[in-house]
Amino acid sequence: MTVEERVRAIIAEQAMLDVADISLDCTLESLGVDSLALVEAIFAIEEAFDISVPFNANTPEDSGFDLTSVRTIVAAVQGLIDAQTA
Amino acid sequence: MRRVVITGAGTVNALAQDVVGTFAAFANGRCAIGPLDVPDVERLTIRIGAQVQGWQPEVHFSRGELGLFDRFTQFAVYAARQAVAQSGLVFQGDLALEAGVVLGTAGGGLITQDESFRAVYAEGKNRVHPFVVPRLMHNAAASHVSMAFGLQGPSFTVSTACASSNHAMGQAFHLVQSGAARVMVTGGSEAMLSFGGIKAWEGLRVMSKDGCRPFCATRNGMVQGEGAAVFVFEDRDHAVARGAEILAEVVGFAMTSDASDIVMPSEAGAARAIAGALRDAKLAPGDVGYINAHGTGTAANDRTECAAIMRVFGADTDGLMVSSTKAAHGHIIGGTGAVELLACIMALRDGVIAPTVGYVAADPDCPLDVVPNEARQARVAVALSNAFAFGGMNAVLALRRG
Repeated sequence: MTVEERVRAIIAEQAMLDVADISLDCTLESLGVDSLALVEAIFAIEEAFDISVPFNANTPEDSGFDLTSVRTIVAAVQGLIDAQTA
Repeated sequence: MRRVVITGAGTVNALAQDVVGTFAAFANGRCAIGPLDVPDVERLTIRIGAQVQGWQPEVHFSRGELGLFDRFTQFAVYAARQAVAQSGLVFQGDLALEAGVVLGTAGGGLITQDESFRAVYAEGKNRVHPFVVPRLMHNAAASHVSMAFGLQGPSFTVSTACASSNHAMGQAFHLVQSGAARVMVTGGSEAMLSFGGIKAWEGLRVMSKDGCRPFCATRNGMVQGEGAAVFVFEDRDHAVARGAEILAEVVGFAMTSDASDIVMPSEAGAARAIAGALRDAKLAPGDVGYINAHGTGTAANDRTECAAIMRVFGADTDGLMVSSTKAAHGHIIGGTGAVELLACIMALRDGVIAPTVGYVAADPDCPLDVVPNEARQARVAVALSNAFAFGGMNAVLALRRG
């Protein structure tokens, strides 16, 4: 599975939707992912890719991990993977 | 209905190991948050906390007691000794039968659990200390306080996360008020600063890596502390008859449940608890001079708490002082309401308002007088203490100058 496929699968599980419904342009809000589901999704991403996501629920915009859409999340995860292997 | 007064207080927290030292730290705007000293700290993302430094249990307890006392029990028993000594009470005869203890804790003997799990899982040991069960149980602290002073009346432990102490003290208030007990030793204790305890909190993504700044625009989460505070709640007639020094009167208590979300606070639930405590005390918002806020330093709590206070106080928000001492002693979780009640007693007795330290910039969502950074002299007749727990369980106490 590619990074994109794995991220979409993780978000689909949290949103309780079919992976096919998780397009790159979806926002977490539009998928009904609330704050608790978001924290669980980030945990699942960290476990799946063995990375550490710098996310603080108090200051999500300052975390350097762009949660705007599924596309930005995939890019941020790829960035963390690249940084770890660099 | 009997009137209830506080005739003794004791504490151990990161600021000081007694009430006098804690008051001095509040008055000086001191902050006890610093680098954490726990095993495997390098595997933690959160590496700050308000730990009790220089704690010497072997000085305070016998070898037998040390085998049975988790750190949260040590804090509770030591704080209770101070409170009972100050009250001057000796629990003998009928008084011992009419006196009990109710304490709050969220985690109980978590450090004992942590060390025991480490031994069997990480270190591969096949046995743990024989007293793990009586050490870790949530009622261990209350039980040891009852044994230390021979308190044979109603005794139990309350566990409602971050509101545990306020719920416990509310029960003590009701027991004395109703006549079910003449004296209640009450408060709360927490010792959660273990590797596992912090690791669990890290997962929620609500902890700050750099400090606790309640109501501040730059706040980015909570910082954990540890410690205990214990008080003697006494039937006022009994206290007056024996000429006891009265630290403050407990005049109101209310508890509500949000019944909505397991972690997100509710403005309505908090406001109902604040208004309920005032109604119980037969007070109007304008009577209150100081509120010790729950003020955790998270984005959600502080915004919601300010909205709740403004909803209840309306125009009387002007002139109201609201501070969070968590910025100084950290969030003591199940013990936090008890340690924070000290700030209310200081305001009522000494006319000194403990500041919200670490405050850098105003947040438009928190437009209250948060007594930033420096303590203030003010004559206060009534003070409230807020506690709003995960799980949506809220408990607010009202105190009046004794």
